[in-house]
Formats: sequence, C-alpha cells, structure tokens
Amino acid sequence: MCLAIPARVIEKNGDKGFVDLGGSKKEIMFTFTPEVKEGDWVLIHTGFALNVISEKDADETLKLFEEFADFQKELPENNERPE
Amino acid sequence: MKDPNNKKFRDPQLINKIVADLQKWQQPIKIMEVCGSHTMAIGHWGIRKLLPPSISLISGPGCPVCVTPSSLIDELIKLKGVKIATFGDLIRVPGKEETLEQARARGLDVEIVYSPLEALKLAEKKETVFVGIGFETTTPGIAQTILLAANQKQKNFSVLPAFKLIPPALDALLSEEDLSLDGFLLPGHVSVIIGSQSYNLLPHKYGIGGVVTGFEPLDILRAVKILTEQIEHGEATIVNEYNRVVNRDGNKVARHIIEEVLQVNDALWRGMGLIPKSGLTINEKYKEYDASKKYEIMLKDEEAKTGCRCADVLKGKIIPSDCPLFASKCTPANPIGSCMVSSEGSCAAYYKYER
Ligand code: SF4
Repeated sequence: MCLAIPARVIEKNGDKGFVDLGGSKKEIMFTFTPEVKEGDWVLIHTGFALNVISEKDADETLKLFEEFADFQKELPENNERPE
Repeated sequence: MKDPNNKKFRDPQLINKIVADLQKWQQPIKIMEVCGSHTMAIGHWGIRKLLPPSISLISGPGCPVCVTPSSLIDELIKLKGVKIATFGDLIRVPGKEETLEQARARGLDVEIVYSPLEALKLAEKKETVFVGIGFETTTPGIAQTILLAANQKQKNFSVLPAFKLIPPALDALLSEEDLSLDGFLLPGHVSVIIGSQSYNLLPHKYGIGGVVTGFEPLDILRAVKILTEQIEHGEATIVNEYNRVVNRDGNKVARHIIEEVLQVNDALWRGMGLIPKSGLTINEKYKEYDASKKYEIMLKDEEAKTGCRCADVLKGKIIPSDCPLFASKCTPANPIGSCMVSSEGSCAAYYKYER
C-alpha cells in the first residue's frame, strides 16, 4: 500500500497540477513539494507528490553500482563464474 | 529528460556481479524486510533465489491492511446511512462475519477510492467516512485532506483514524520477540516522509543495522550487500541507499501537516496487540472530522478463531508456507487472513512468487 511511483510533472499551478503517468495525464497535489517545477520527476502516492526525485542522486547511485561491478571484474576468481 | 527510475536499476550484468559476490557469503544471517512493497519486489525479482542459503530474508509487519485489526471491518459494517470510502485493498479483508465487499453486495454503500481527495469529493453528495489506514507514507495525504475539508467547512466528511507508525512497531517487535535478526531492509517510501534518521534506535538500542532502500533489484541487492559488510566488520548503522528520494530528515512540509492535524497515540496492531505510541489519531482541533468520535467507534483486540497465523507471519516468527492453511484452505481467491488478501501481504507474495 505504500507503493509510490515516479511520474513527470507536466503542469503546475500553485499546489495543484498534472503528471504524466505512463502516457496518461493525472491530476496531482504538490502540497508537500512546493519547490517542484514542470519537467521534474516526483514520487506520487494517493494523489499527492511525496518528494522530488533527484536525478543527480539516481545517477550517483548507479555509478556506485557500476564501480562495484568493475571492481568485481578485476577479481580473478570471478572470471570462472558463469554469467 | 530521462526516467530516473530507468532500466539501469535492473541491469542484468550488474545484478549478476553483485549476486556472484553475495554468493560467497557463508555466515548464516537473517534480514527482515519491513515493508510489504519490498516483500512484493523480492518475490517479483526472485531475489531469494539469487541469494545463498546463508542469507535469509524474512518479512515483517509492513503491510497496513495486514496489521489492521479485523474489528475495524465489523465496526464499518455497522455504520448506517453513510458512504464508506476506502482504498481497494481493504474491501476483501474478512471481519468476524463478512468482508466489506460482501456487505456491499447486500447493500452497504462502499466505494473504492484511489485518493482521500476523491473521498472528500464524494462527501459533496453524501455523508462520507474515509477509512484512514496507512503508514507514514499515506498519512500526510489524509491529513492534508482533513485540512481541505476544514477549509471548505465540509461537515459531511470524516476519517476513521487507523494510522500506524513504523519505528515504534519495530521497537515493540525487537523488545518482545527474540527473532535474532542481523539487519533490516527499511521501507523506502515511509522514509521519504520520516527520514532515515528515524531508525537510529535500531543500532543504538538493539545493535542492529539497517538500510533504507528502493524497490528495484539493484537497490535491494545492494542493501543486502551493505548489511553483510556491516556484519563482517561488526558494525551497525543506518545507511540510506535510496537517497534519490529519501533524505535524513524526511519531508518537512508533510511532517508539519501531520503535526497540525494528528497526534501520536497508542494503537492496536493485529497480532501485536496495543503498542504504545505507535499510531496517530485526529487531534482536538480537528475532532469534528474524526469518525471514531462522530460515530463512537471503538476497536477491539479480538480476532476470529480461524487458525490463521498472520500474527506470527507479521512478527517474522514463521514464513507463510509454515501456516497449515497456506495454499490449501487459504488462497488469494479464498483468503482466510489479511496477509493473503492484501496485494502486499506476505502470504499473497509467497503464494504468487515462492511456491
Ligand atoms: S496463509 Fe492464510 S491463514 Fe495462513 S497465515 Fe497466511 S493469511 Fe493466515
């Protein structure tokens, strides 16, 4: 029930607006995210945007994964493992 | 601009790498995932099968529908002349005699809504009671809806408060049960509101670490990896892996709205009984929107004797397949307990993915 999904903000007027949710336009309240701008990604739940998703942090997390994977590549014992 | 939830968090190559590394882990450890959405994600991505037998993931109390006492259903069914608006997950939960869905079939006015805002709209036409179930993720939206009702002076709207708080429930669980847990996967979307610092009691009071994490396979695997590293080094801290949406202090605006409308109170959890300061009720200032006052509703701590072992499932004491009714008498089509009804219940997740 606590599932919240990412959606892109397409329109914002005060604390109300719309997000694009997989191609359909959905009305949303931005009460908790007054800083949000059109084009931002937000996490939506029961008609409200809970927070803005930081793309920078998403990229950084992904970089950590990649670095970890690269590091694993260099470990010789791993080369024997079937992918 | 690209989708920040992009496929990279599901990159098979990266997954293989991290899985290969985790496969080397030998010390038996037990990690509890608190959140029902994590339980579903773990099942969906087949994460249990990717981990070595030494790492077991067990489910905890993180499904609001599952932890709601069934007396709530019985009380709702008694309401006359009002519309009951609820999130869909609740309507198939068995009360003592019937579910809301069955009661609706014989004429009770029950309407499923996606948002509490829809329930407020329904109140324009008919006196409406919204069933306020949920954890910290869901609470701010409901609190904001009560504020809007107050602004509109909408007298036909009230909320039955059955809100639950995660950190006090974890505290109660750890102080009462000897589950010998080695770490927690902490709920990503609850943490968006309350912040990663809300779990400091886990390391401080119990010496157990936890990782706030997201719902993609790499999020979950990385969280497990971080926990194994902590265990290896004898450390226990709270790490925020999901920092693309969660920060240390949570969403301050949302928390402020909760504080304006709601107050911390003891709450009744199915299977866990009354837990001190583990829920939220509507405060004095907004009491006219409190359905428990308006209709004098008192929840009782009694469950029908069905043989359902949801209570032990919620506490992580057994896994769903240990319940003798699992997948025999109790199935999603014919659920006996709430853990099989809710789309995020552990029994439903096991039925769907791990049989
Ligand atoms: S399988 Fe059904 S009866 Fe058994 S604990 Fe789960 S919900 Fe209850």
